[in-house]
Amino acid sequence: MFDIDRWREIFQSINKNRLRSVMSGFTVAFAILLFTLLFGIVSGLSNTFTEAFADDAQNAMFVRVWKTTKPYKGLQTGRTIQLRNGDYNYVNDTYGNKIQYKSSRIYKNFNLKYKNEAGNYSVMAVNPDHQFLEKTIIDEGRYINERDLKNKSKVIVIGRLVKEDLFGQKPALGKRLNVNGSSYLIVGVFSDEGGDNEERKAFMPLTTAQMIYGNNDYISQIALGYNPKLNLDEAVAFGNQMERDLRNKMNIHPDDQSALSVQNMAEANKGVGQFMGILYAIVILVGSGTLVAGIIGISNIMIFVIKERTKEFGIRKALGAKPSSIVGIVVQETVLITTLAGYLGLSLGTYILSLIGDSLEEDYFIKDPNVSTGIVIGATVVLIISGLLASYIPAKKAANIKPIVALRAD
Amino acid sequence: MIKIEKLHKSYPIGKDSLHVLKGIDLHIKEGEFVSIMGSSGSGKSTLLNIVGLLDIHDEGHYYLNGQLIKDMNEKKAALLRNKFLGFVFQSFNLISYKTALENVALPLYYKGMGRKERLQVALDYLEKVGLKDWANHLPNELSGGQKQRVAIARALVTKPKVVLADEPTGALDSTTTDSVMDLLKDINNEGMTVFVITHEEEVAEQTKRIVRLKDGVIISDEFTKASKAV
Repeated sequence: MFDIDRWREIFQSINKNRLRSVMSGFTVAFAILLFTLLFGIVSGLSNTFTEAFADDAQNAMFVRVWKTTKPYKGLQTGRTIQLRNGDYNYVNDTYGNKIQYKSSRIYKNFNLKYKNEAGNYSVMAVNPDHQFLEKTIIDEGRYINERDLKNKSKVIVIGRLVKEDLFGQKPALGKRLNVNGSSYLIVGVFSDEGGDNEERKAFMPLTTAQMIYGNNDYISQIALGYNPKLNLDEAVAFGNQMERDLRNKMNIHPDDQSALSVQNMAEANKGVGQFMGILYAIVILVGSGTLVAGIIGISNIMIFVIKERTKEFGIRKALGAKPSSIVGIVVQETVLITTLAGYLGLSLGTYILSLIGDSLEEDYFIKDPNVSTGIVIGATVVLIISGLLASYIPAKKAANIKPIVALRAD
Repeated sequence: MIKIEKLHKSYPIGKDSLHVLKGIDLHIKEGEFVSIMGSSGSGKSTLLNIVGLLDIHDEGHYYLNGQLIKDMNEKKAALLRNKFLGFVFQSFNLISYKTALENVALPLYYKGMGRKERLQVALDYLEKVGLKDWANHLPNELSGGQKQRVAIARALVTKPKVVLADEPTGALDSTTTDSVMDLLKDINNEGMTVFVITHEEEVAEQTKRIVRLKDGVIISDEFTKASKAV
């Protein structure tokens, strides 16, 4: 298989025809380079879009209520809708198997104070699952847990920036925080990829908030994570079903969007998915065009090269070269050039993408552009196979020319 | 060594065909030094190409070393050429990007000989044609006569049964012509069959047998003084 003499022949031929080799290599390298950059940039766009939804879990759903805008069953418009623990339990009981995470939410705005530092922050009273719905990252300590809920503990988990505002560089964990006059124990510090606003927040147990601030079972919002086993369509259907059921249960007009609505990330994801799908389709089209141009480039060069070498092949055959050995050196030479050049284009493309990095994120929404190795290797393999065919067909033809004809060629 | 019976060959030209060889009978024994003479268009090059397995005949029989040449494909022809035949061309046909040594060694590569060995053998043959010092020069650094001597070394390196030379002196001046002919004579004296095509009387006279072709038939076939002298 490995024939050192064959390789010697090839390197001699490449070395003798440097310009030609460089040109054909350049064609391939350039095609792969463009292909890599194109795919990289689209993946960068895709990253930005994915990031835009990074604040909440991909499977999050929110049940929101406000005021009715349509009369229904004798009830007036303008009625304020209030969610209660019962609604939360109803959702869990009815759709338990379609739900992965569940939490109630109560929105509050409190003055948080530690020693001489104080500020107003939004505080959310939640269930433990809420951590996953908001993709809260615990930096220190822990999140709200079931025991807090059961004991209605006065504990609080504060955002990284709340800690920075009130404590500076000093530790906050285990300290007591003054929340609108009551003392809460700081059990955790969190961060969030959703941005600064998300880190200027605090979380406390739902039950604690219900007991201390109103002594009722009101909740502001129900947050759910649908079961990830559901596909996007099923998830959208689930959201719609739940919306209908809740409106029915609470005597709301079936079309009253303002009174009660379910915001479903599945719908947004579906939209983004479709958008990215179209973008990728365009890129695949353009990328394939680039590859085809590269392939045609190699084919042209190979046809010319083989024509140029017809006489040499005639001489070789007169000296006893079999047609297969002629085809062999040509194909091997082309594949070698294509592979090396493809690799060069790929490395260069990847290098440029890594240089771009996140620098285009602000203005062009391109974040961390990169290409999956599979796609690029696939493209290179396509080029190598094309190079193989592009050289095999004319080489085979040249090798089968009668030596007497080949020798006459100039 | 070479036996040809009623050999016909024609080339298609447009709708017509040009009948080039019209029934050639020729028998060349081992060790002969034969020249084929004829004006251009007489069919002498075609005859050499058929003998050299570079082209295929239409009718008749051709035996090379007792073997009937029939249904040749390129692969079989390549093997036979490599084994039995050595070529010397008018335009030398050296590969321009290979040194003299590499050119001479090339047939041995196709024979499957290892690199070290074939370079050594090639160097021996270059020495034989007096070009040992030029071994690492490229063809364009050599004179016409030197190129032809390299080509002869290349033709001999596989120890073929027959050396076929197509106008070997056609591109050379008279001095170099003599040196090339002397070389061919030496080869023949060593027992190798040499088959030369030429249109120069002086060249033909140095061979031992002259076959004259005209319009695709043999018009004369006689031994020369040179053969009687030996």
